[in-house]
Amino acid sequence: MSAVMITRKVRKWEKLPGKNTFCCDGRVMMARQKGVFYLTLFLIVGTCSLFFAFECPYLAVHLSPSVPVFAIVLFFFVIAMLLRTSFSDPGVLPRALPEEATFIEMEIEAANGNVPAGQRAPPRIRNVQINNQIVKLKYCYTCKIFRPPRASHCSICDNCVDRFDHHCPWVGNCVGKRNYRYFYMFTLSLSLLTIYIFTFDIVHVVMRSVDKGFLNTLKETPGTVLEVLVCFFTLWSVVGLTGFHTYLISLNQTTNEDIKGSWSGKNRVQNPYSHKNCFKNCFEVLCGPTFPSVLDRRGLMQEDSSFSAASASLPPSRSNPVSQTTKTTAPLIRNEHTPDEAKRSIAAPEEKSYSPREENGSSPREEKSSSPREEKGSSPREEKSSSPREEKSSSPREEKSSSPREEKGSSPREEKSSSPREEKSSSPREEKSSSPREEKSSSPREETPKVPPLASPEPDAEVSVTKGPAH
Amino acid sequence: MAREFHNLQELRHNASLVTKVFVQRDYTEGTVCRFQAKFPSELDNRIERTLLEETVKTLNSYYVEAEKIGGQSYLEGCLACATAYIVFLCMETRYEKVLKKISGYIHEQNEKIYAPRGLLLTDPVERGMRVLEISVFEDRGSGSSSPSSSMSSAGSSAR
Repeated sequence: MSAVMITRKVRKWEKLPGKNTFCCDGRVMMARQKGVFYLTLFLIVGTCSLFFAFECPYLAVHLSPSVPVFAIVLFFFVIAMLLRTSFSDPGVLPRALPEEATFIEMEIEAANGNVPAGQRAPPRIRNVQINNQIVKLKYCYTCKIFRPPRASHCSICDNCVDRFDHHCPWVGNCVGKRNYRYFYMFTLSLSLLTIYIFTFDIVHVVMRSVDKGFLNTLKETPGTVLEVLVCFFTLWSVVGLTGFHTYLISLNQTTNEDIKGSWSGKNRVQNPYSHKNCFKNCFEVLCGPTFPSVLDRRGLMQEDSSFSAASASLPPSRSNPVSQTTKTTAPLIRNEHTPDEAKRSIAAPEEKSYSPREENGSSPREEKSSSPREEKGSSPREEKSSSPREEKSSSPREEKSSSPREEKGSSPREEKSSSPREEKSSSPREEKSSSPREEKSSSPREETPKVPPLASPEPDAEVSVTKGPAH
Repeated sequence: MAREFHNLQELRHNASLVTKVFVQRDYTEGTVCRFQAKFPSELDNRIERTLLEETVKTLNSYYVEAEKIGGQSYLEGCLACATAYIVFLCMETRYEKVLKKISGYIHEQNEKIYAPRGLLLTDPVERGMRVLEISVFEDRGSGSSSPSSSMSSAGSSAR
């Protein structure tokens, strides 16, 4: 029985659990489904290109050259904010290492005492007092931690995110502590850009119509019609969304807390994070410190893979439980192969096992649940509204007036309410769109212990970490 | 308490890990990063109470400095916003500077205070700012290997 030990250095992002995709060697971090993000990009770039092509030459000459200049500045700001929001770590909390998880389990057992056989264990909740209010911290079965206050688990990205606001498919990422201000700046600047383009489209059409007539104007600049259409529908949704988030910021609340109604109602706890002063709240959210990422994506770590000729399938020893469920197995190598050949053949299946984890899902079950969600979630969106962006603002507005979800399956709401669905058995929501059903099936996963008890960790789960340049 | 001089390198490479103790976050003042000053009972015979409390207090003061919302953070935020946050690609934020100071402080504390007692602090940043992890190594001086038994099976995996 010959054993071959191969050690190679990998970046930590390759081994991170969760359903994120990484690009540029760990510098860029996004959710798995990026289709809607590409649509957002296309709409913004497309509409602005039409504006620069059709309206700007005329307006620069007949009105002022500052019109296109300001439009360009605003356009670059919007794109920069969008990319910042989409590509940055929203504030993901790394999962507990085995020792920490065991320590927490021990504390829970000590606190709960002996549970009689047949009886369900009490829910894992820790009460903390924050600014003289009692706040309950829930235990996350996936990440094996007690979630810090305001953190929530995003079922789409499968991560706990600090100060979780919502998962936004338009930016292809969660919105959390680290990227909330970029998200807000994006919606604000996009509102301004939309209003700007809409206004100058009208001005341009009016000015040209005076000379040449309305129909001739439209014939000469067909792009105007398309722009006006896109801007008109975008206006309502994006401006509404900006207004909603301005309201949330002034109260120092997150969308998640607003949906769950954490701080509303007389019997409930008052928001312990609010400074009771509008300006102070805005100041803290928008001008507070910029938190660095605690997820070390670009650090290096050793990855040992041992291979024995006798066994048919042996997954890499240091891989996550997630990647161990991939179907690829190490090939059976006959004794006549040299160690070099063995190394090459091991390297090939290893590569196969990593890319599916990032793109498709690490287990058939996850793949099955994620793809229907994508299909069902996206088709209602495309069919029912003339502009996808309508849904962005309609969802918060509906929630504010707390009417049942009569709007179609708009995705921001689905993702936003994925965590509240653990607690509220709100029946109106269950009936509406098909995709929440997938979300619901994922939430019970969180309630019940997902993985086998901690007594069976991987053989050498704790990797020796070489400190690389942290991002 | 019999003590043998443990060098930090020696500790990491040779000594065997007995258990890990976790100092949890203190949320009484909100979501600001702050660790509990409560002394873990597992460390009763390994280190003086005041030393650990002093370390935790100093760490807390560093985090307060990093997360302070005042003139400097406001200026940094405004400047960054004006440049569409591109300036963050070149410049280090104040929080990152303080985290570097904390890392240096923890290393210094490990060398001077904790390693000689067979303990090792892990920077909270490596644990997602959730806990302050204290690794307890075998105390060669006393000869005994484990104060708390149930952790040793998980803890004895060689580092």
